[in-house]
Amino acid sequence: MYPNEFFYTKEHEWIKVEGDEALVGITDFAQHQLGDIIFVELPEVGKELEVHQPVGVVESVKSVSDVYAPVSGRVAAVNEALAQTADLLNKDPHGKGWIVRLKIKDKKELGGLMKASEYEKFLEGLEA
Amino acid sequence: MKRTRFNELHKKLGAKMVEFVGWEMPIEYKGIIEEHMAVRTKAGLFDVSHMGEVLVSGKDALAYVQWLTPNDVARLASGQVQYTALMTPESTFVDDMLVYCIEKPGTYLLVVNAANVGKDYAWIAGHTKGFDVKVENLSDAYSQVALQGPLAERILQPLTDVDLAGMKSFWWARGKVAGIDCLISRTGYTGEDGFEVYTTDPNPGSVWTSIIEKGSPLGLLPIGLGARDTLRLEAKLMLYGNDISDKTTVLEADLKWIVKLQKGDFLGKPVIEKQLAEGLRRKLAGFEMIDRGIARPHYPAFVNGQKVSEVSSGTFSPLLKKAIGLVYLPIGATAPGTEFEVGIRDKTFRAMVVLTPFYKRADKK
Repeated sequence: MYPNEFFYTKEHEWIKVEGDEALVGITDFAQHQLGDIIFVELPEVGKELEVHQPVGVVESVKSVSDVYAPVSGRVAAVNEALAQTADLLNKDPHGKGWIVRLKIKDKKELGGLMKASEYEKFLEGLEA
Repeated sequence: MKRTRFNELHKKLGAKMVEFVGWEMPIEYKGIIEEHMAVRTKAGLFDVSHMGEVLVSGKDALAYVQWLTPNDVARLASGQVQYTALMTPESTFVDDMLVYCIEKPGTYLLVVNAANVGKDYAWIAGHTKGFDVKVENLSDAYSQVALQGPLAERILQPLTDVDLAGMKSFWWARGKVAGIDCLISRTGYTGEDGFEVYTTDPNPGSVWTSIIEKGSPLGLLPIGLGARDTLRLEAKLMLYGNDISDKTTVLEADLKWIVKLQKGDFLGKPVIEKQLAEGLRRKLAGFEMIDRGIARPHYPAFVNGQKVSEVSSGTFSPLLKKAIGLVYLPIGATAPGTEFEVGIRDKTFRAMVVLTPFYKRADKK
């Protein structure tokens, strides 16, 4: 379910590192909690973000949720497809439903994130 | 947390359960949009057993319910149902509710909101001075399901001995559903045709399961509280605590149609007459977002840059595929076409007053 090569946050974001950059999205658990997603507010390309700063907003029919930057970096690209098809976050949260591409500022920050196995254990704790 | 008698059935169907006013209730099963559209195009089944039931009986039952409410209860024959309010002397809402005329003039069943059962019962039991009535809170005994959608009659008819084709909107009848004694009314909270089914049977599970079994091949889905809210908002049906409260008057809520001044005295009437004479300062209006954003309850509303109120209800309409909502606006800003702004996070987004309801079914009887 949760790809081994990703890192995860307690706020249910994932980050997939590709060289100096990384894709960021929300996890399958998060999309399931939110329900039908209808709107994603995206940041401006070029915006500098500190770790934990809001990078976007995800709206489902019933609720609103901030998405936070798992690490510091500059917004290199946003997933333009979400403007028309926000439900990609429901259908393919770990793939086509990515939200932003970040140019990572300091890879050491990745050390503070969870691996897939740790995230799965974290989820078990939430559901217990 | 309280549980309805259908609780285990919801969990078996894979419902996502949440706490709602002290009850563990299904918020969604398959997803709000899919459930919403099932009700608009086929049918949906809701567990609404958390609703409250208060029975008023006795020699003065009719006179007493007349005193508590603005609508004209005397117009109801035995077998009819009426939407009305439980009103304060200020003509604000203790609650909104349905009145079932069980037997004129001695027995009326009041169906009230789950969140307000305790308060409503205390109110109803507390104003009986001078009236020969008995007030009973039967909420714990009752289970209730709502079957809503264009296929509702077709699904329910084979399961009951009540002639549903002969039942008009806002009438009720007693009969069996899946062998269980029930009260069935042609009412609902979705804007669709449909029925609400009440029973005091301690084991009502087969009412739920028989409707699911009969309806599923036709596209019926179980529906959670999430879609219940989007459905009722499209039909501009009030949600207590959001759109109406003890701070909003019946006229401000644009519910003049439930006020029948000629029926005689009732709680709140002098304030209603005063507001009619002086005019309203604000009124509940429906709106659509012009800019791309979704207005939610409590988001600020601005007219000419001044904050005037907060959004009372707001969501994404699965049917209309746009953001809709309700808000109290100064009376001068309530004409359809009037633009105003809604604050969403740190920006303001344009919205426009529109005619309501947002959705009205084509075949409305």
